[in-house]
Amino acid sequence: MKIAVPVKFVPDLVEELTIDPGGAALDTTWLRLIINEFDDHAVEQAILLKERGSGQVAVTTIESEGADDFLFAAAAKGADQLIKLTGDFSSANNHALARVYADLLKELQPDLILTGVQAHNDLDGSVGPLLAELLGLPYVGYVAGLTVTGDKVVARKEYSGGLVAEVEVKLPAVLGIQASEQPPRYVAYSKIRQVMGTAKIEERPVSGLDPSGGTAVSRMFQPEVAERATMLEGGADEVADKLVGIFKELGTL
Amino acid sequence: MSQDIFVVIEHLRGQVSDTSYVMLAGARQLSQSTSGNVTAVLLGHNAQGLASNLAADKVLYMDHAALAEFTSDAYQIALAGLIQEHSPRAVIFGHSSIGMDIASGLSAKLGTPVVSSCRAFTTDGKYVSQICGGKIMAEGELPGPAALVTMVPGGYKSELGQSAQAPALTTVSAPTLEGLRVTLKQYIEPDTSDVDIAKESMLVSVGRGIQNKDNIELANELAAALGCAVSASRPVVDQGWMPTTRLVGKSGKRVKPKIYLALGISGAPEHVEGMGESEAIIAINTDPNAPIFNIAKYGTTVDMFDLIPVLTEKVKQAK
Ligand SMILES: Cc1cc2nc3c(=O)[nH]c(=O)nc-3n(C[C@H](O)[C@H](O)[C@H](O)COP(=O)(O)OP(=O)(O)OC[C@H]3O[C@@H](n4cnc5c(N)ncnc54)[C@H](O)[C@@H]3O)c2cc1C
Ligand SMILES: Nc1ncnc2c1ncn2[C@@H]1O[C@H](COP(=O)(O)O)[C@@H](O)[C@H]1O
Repeated sequence: MKIAVPVKFVPDLVEELTIDPGGAALDTTWLRLIINEFDDHAVEQAILLKERGSGQVAVTTIESEGADDFLFAAAAKGADQLIKLTGDFSSANNHALARVYADLLKELQPDLILTGVQAHNDLDGSVGPLLAELLGLPYVGYVAGLTVTGDKVVARKEYSGGLVAEVEVKLPAVLGIQASEQPPRYVAYSKIRQVMGTAKIEERPVSGLDPSGGTAVSRMFQPEVAERATMLEGGADEVADKLVGIFKELGTL
Repeated sequence: MSQDIFVVIEHLRGQVSDTSYVMLAGARQLSQSTSGNVTAVLLGHNAQGLASNLAADKVLYMDHAALAEFTSDAYQIALAGLIQEHSPRAVIFGHSSIGMDIASGLSAKLGTPVVSSCRAFTTDGKYVSQICGGKIMAEGELPGPAALVTMVPGGYKSELGQSAQAPALTTVSAPTLEGLRVTLKQYIEPDTSDVDIAKESMLVSVGRGIQNKDNIELANELAAALGCAVSASRPVVDQGWMPTTRLVGKSGKRVKPKIYLALGISGAPEHVEGMGESEAIIAINTDPNAPIFNIAKYGTTVDMFDLIPVLTEKVKQAK
């Protein structure tokens, strides 16, 4: 079984985000990118499936800061093929990316494509279901755990409130991963270093992006806040005293 | 091409989800700028009854055994035909386990643009989307001549999407739904053996800021002193540090305690969906720009690892 996992880098939300002078996009000057956390889970799920049965895992992304490190780390975990798309992606939206990945995946012919369930900076839909439609495959998202049997997969799809639906999907298929069955494994840097010597990242140049079907933004801004929290000033001791006072006042102590 | 706004009603096991009412309220607002009607699209099997309190001008109801419960394949086929036939100005889906499975696929299938994470529409019909974990809003013209939209909660009260008067219902015929590649096997109920965090009057809730499993003990001790339960955000549960039963948010439980003490939780929209209606949110977070402070009553940027042990001691003394 062949599994492909396209992974995306997204702005780290722990950092301060600023709007660029044009007013309709994030300022990328100081933007720190990290892996979309759901992709970490998708890679983990792919490796788990490989370990459980047999098969091959291909991890693919577009060039960005941190891409090589992530791909090598995936190889250290057990990924077999590493693909990096290169080119100018500055005008790419999810529709354009889905078209690019559809071309790549037509060639790779995986049985299963695992994407992250979503990324926090989407404005024109998600790559997973777009990709599925372009490839003529079924899509099921919000997946936390799955079992492959023959040409089918039973996916555990999450709904709100903790309700889970067991859904049977015919392969090949695209699944949007919410969480892997076990937390993404940690891999020691020494092991990644080792892999760097042997694993190869295939670079594939991409040009002529087609962003049609996307969504234009005219303005970005920080949310306007009706009423911000009353901030409790002081050190730990002082703040703790104030909190005890609040607990009493609100009747929970 | 009509100026009508379609809303794809979400329901599970015979119950219309809250999201559906929020979408109807949003559609009402949008319809004022397009001067069209609001049409609720209900797919189901023997499910006409679910339409009775939808605040829509009319309901298009499609009945088929394969539509009894949501599956992406059947819904997508059914909706593609319906949208092509009626050409609405916009179709609103939930930014949810249902809507997100089909909205983007329909965008690719129909060649119709899709707008994600829309929280509200402006009076002149622009979309306003909430992205980057609630830290950024993006606004723009609704793509034309037709657009698909996935909608997040928070922008409209769900009561506005409910009506005491049943809307007019038109039954439309279903396409042949054969050769489906996605089928529902069964639902698995949430575990009820643990404490029900939705019933607690106070919660000490831990987020990724807690850093590791061992540190959960700090929250446990504080909760024990306060006589309340510990809940958590998604990353904490996904790391296996806390059981799923304690998850608050979109995929977890909705809670409304008197006090929700958030320790190292950023306040992402998916988390807020589950706790935003708490009577008082108190946030402890070292990032002064964390969105949680936008909804909290009280907040502090003191490091939780400095604060919690001291707070636990003072709570014990105060009893
Ligand atoms: C479809 C979907 C469904 C989801 N469902 C849910 C859900 O049900 N529930 C849920 O919670 N999330 C859900 N999420 C995830 C959600 O988007 C966020 O990723 C998540 O809520 C973030 O959790 P967090 O706030 O604990 O972590 P982070 O966003 O990483 O925030 C950690 C915070 O801790 C603070 N911090 C760090 N160190 C300290 C310290 N020493 N003292 C004080 N503060 C500190 C940081 O400043 C930061 O703000 C869902 C996502 C998707 C896509
Ligand atoms: N630029 C990208 N490169 C690779 N995969 C992507 C990219 N954008 C989106 N994806 C995949 O689609 C998932 C959902 O992201 P998004 O479509 O942005 O919501 C991600 O978790 C990835 O698996």
